[in-house]
Amino acid sequence: MANLDGGGEELRVGVFVCQCGHNIAGTVDCDDVAKFSEGLEGVVVVYNNKYTCSEPGQLEIKKGIDENNLNRVVVASCSPRMHEPTFRATLVEAGLNPYLLEMANLREHCSWVHMNEKEAATEKAKDLVKMAVARARSLEAQDEMVVPITQKALVIGGGIAGVQAALDLADAGYKIYLVEKEPSIGGIMAAIDKTYPTMDCSI
Amino acid sequence: MAYSEVENVAGYVGNFTVTVRKKARYVDVKECTACGDCIDVCPVTAPDEFEEGLSTRKAIYQPFPQAVPSAFVLNIDECLGNNPIACGKCLEVCDKDCIDYDDKDKLVDIDVGTIIVTTGMAVYDPTELDEFGYTRYENVITSMEFERLINSGGPTQGHLIRLTDLKEPKTVAFIQCVGSRSENKGNPYCSNICCMNTVKDCLLIKDHYPDVKLKVFYIDIRAFGKGFEDLFQRSKEKGAVYIRGIPGEIEEDPETKSLKLYVENTTEGGTECHEADMVILSVGVHPREDSSAIQKLLTLQRSQDGFFLEAHPKLKPVDAATQGVFFAGCAEGPKDIKDSVTQAGAAAARANRLMMQGKVSVEAITSTIIPELCKACGICVNVCPYHAISCDTEAKTPATVVEAACSGCGACSAECPFGAITMKHFTDKQIESQIDAMLEVDPQDKVLAFACNWCSYSGGDLAGTNRFQYPPNVRLIRTMCSGRVDKKFVLRAFARGAPIVLLSGCHFADCHYINAVHWTQRRVEKLWDQLEKKGIRPDRLQLEWISAAEGQKFATVMRAVEELRQKVTPEEVEHTKRVLKDVLEPPKKDPAKGKPAESESAASGVAV
Repeated sequence: MANLDGGGEELRVGVFVCQCGHNIAGTVDCDDVAKFSEGLEGVVVVYNNKYTCSEPGQLEIKKGIDENNLNRVVVASCSPRMHEPTFRATLVEAGLNPYLLEMANLREHCSWVHMNEKEAATEKAKDLVKMAVARARSLEAQDEMVVPITQKALVIGGGIAGVQAALDLADAGYKIYLVEKEPSIGGIMAAIDKTYPTMDCSI
Repeated sequence: MAYSEVENVAGYVGNFTVTVRKKARYVDVKECTACGDCIDVCPVTAPDEFEEGLSTRKAIYQPFPQAVPSAFVLNIDECLGNNPIACGKCLEVCDKDCIDYDDKDKLVDIDVGTIIVTTGMAVYDPTELDEFGYTRYENVITSMEFERLINSGGPTQGHLIRLTDLKEPKTVAFIQCVGSRSENKGNPYCSNICCMNTVKDCLLIKDHYPDVKLKVFYIDIRAFGKGFEDLFQRSKEKGAVYIRGIPGEIEEDPETKSLKLYVENTTEGGTECHEADMVILSVGVHPREDSSAIQKLLTLQRSQDGFFLEAHPKLKPVDAATQGVFFAGCAEGPKDIKDSVTQAGAAAARANRLMMQGKVSVEAITSTIIPELCKACGICVNVCPYHAISCDTEAKTPATVVEAACSGCGACSAECPFGAITMKHFTDKQIESQIDAMLEVDPQDKVLAFACNWCSYSGGDLAGTNRFQYPPNVRLIRTMCSGRVDKKFVLRAFARGAPIVLLSGCHFADCHYINAVHWTQRRVEKLWDQLEKKGIRPDRLQLEWISAAEGQKFATVMRAVEELRQKVTPEEVEHTKRVLKDVLEPPKKDPAKGKPAESESAASGVAV
């Protein structure tokens, strides 16, 4: 009963503990974390990789999903702000909905900030994986809404950066609105006499 | 759209509606040929901003000869034409009849898919640095003023002269890092461009006036870019003398108006006095004062130096955290022209990459109403910062969400008193299972911190990349916005034995969801009251605003909450668990009052 998801399917969670070379493994005992993860509810397989985000690491996820019929994936590595898109894409390639991924941040929020407290960091890492697995168990597949994009762009500020960005996009065929606060475009560069490194005029 | 400002931005990636204020110019841009007849008759003179106030312009003017659009503008505050009886001369002489004193601002709505922010920077005003005497001594000028003096189109037709006697200086001194790299006044960071600008200025002066002596007072010369070292060496070959040390004081000779610079030469040791006829302060740059307006409109973030914060310092250097918004140029940080152009190309490519696909998928983290539970009270309508929820409170029909307009902050879900709103991918059950898992074993040793994705969680990431160490007792639960953190989550954590709970979100100005963070504050204030009434120390619930740029603050807060945790006694925790027992096992509902709770939200929903 406990190992069924909301849809009544058997929960099959795979945990991928990443060492991130020495970045995580230098502080956190990844073997211990992996062993601990094996005992978590719903977890059917645990992997311990050197670099989960690398090509071999991602292949291992795909293989793991395939061989173990996984329907939830927990990657215990770095910040989701770093690699959530990477691993979501991996899940999609393996035929899983990308929203069935959960990450535990063992690097930015653990190994890198508790470098002198290895045991406590390892205990924290276990908790973070436990929390991620708990959340993963109740994750649901989601469909993303697709909306059309207006084929026009706004550039705010008509200095050299704005003028260049506007020209580049206009050359690519888009209609551009360039909004400039002052009565003329040109910005600060227009007031400069000569410019380095070419030593020629600004306008 | 020159002489215009962005007034409002609504919508989301791919579908922004932007309101632009086209300021009244009082001159028809299309008709004006910039003939200049109006200038000849205008009786008003004012300092010319483009010339750094070194010359004057009229009330009707062209900002500079190459201005685009090539049309005049009338400063109505200076113009006497406000009262046509007093003046009206420009109107009389304008053949094209393109001056209109009654011109009004116009608001225009435009639809765009992407936005590039290139709002630039402002130049440092060194008046506050009393030791250099800028504005007290006329022959102390800024590097921007020098640009106008040496420019052949400038007020002196390119003749470098002293402002006191209009004579060519024989010795010119440059002072570097003015307003930069200082913890006291000005800014702590390096402004990037000033070293090479001075190298360039030295070469310019030597080209025009080979006999002028040049002395450059510096901390370090940062000639790090391609071809920069060559220019630096060339300036030395041409005779510029570089002296390591920033003058501590400048004195003016009351008669000659020449200047004495007292400096500690840190290469050779010892204090020196150097004389110069003119001093050029190589001023740094800082964020524009009006950055906060754009920041609010586009829900952007800024780094500690005040420039706009990129989504990732290495891998997304021109992306804003707000999808579909990009940065280029000095708005993101001080940089030179080449880097601005490079970044502009990158921003254009990133915008193109989005737009060329024609469509974009929106992350499935939006809110959903459970119609059976909705009582049509209308609270969520007022909570939503995006006006994405509508509800007919009179007809008592359940609320509805426009999914495309919802950004997924979750404030509605947390504020709904009936548990009738769930958030995709951030459901109550998902968050509660994290709380339960964390506090299952040894809760007394742990601090539970809720952190918003955009600011506090990122601040935690920054603490990590910077290796700021803090105690390992804290565990973070990430929500998109702190506004998502329901009261029941906090109470659940306490009921599970958490000694300390921290709620952490964006500073009000940084809130990624316009103003959803206000709801966080209101909720926490209410919670403090409730905790106190229940005999629970309110300071066991902490509230902190930590931005994505505040890694140091994140670590400091983590240390502080751990200190607080150590002061929480086991008796307190046991008392709290007893008092909040009902949070975990809600008392059975009276069957007469409605059907038994079916959904997960209702089951875990606790009215407090």
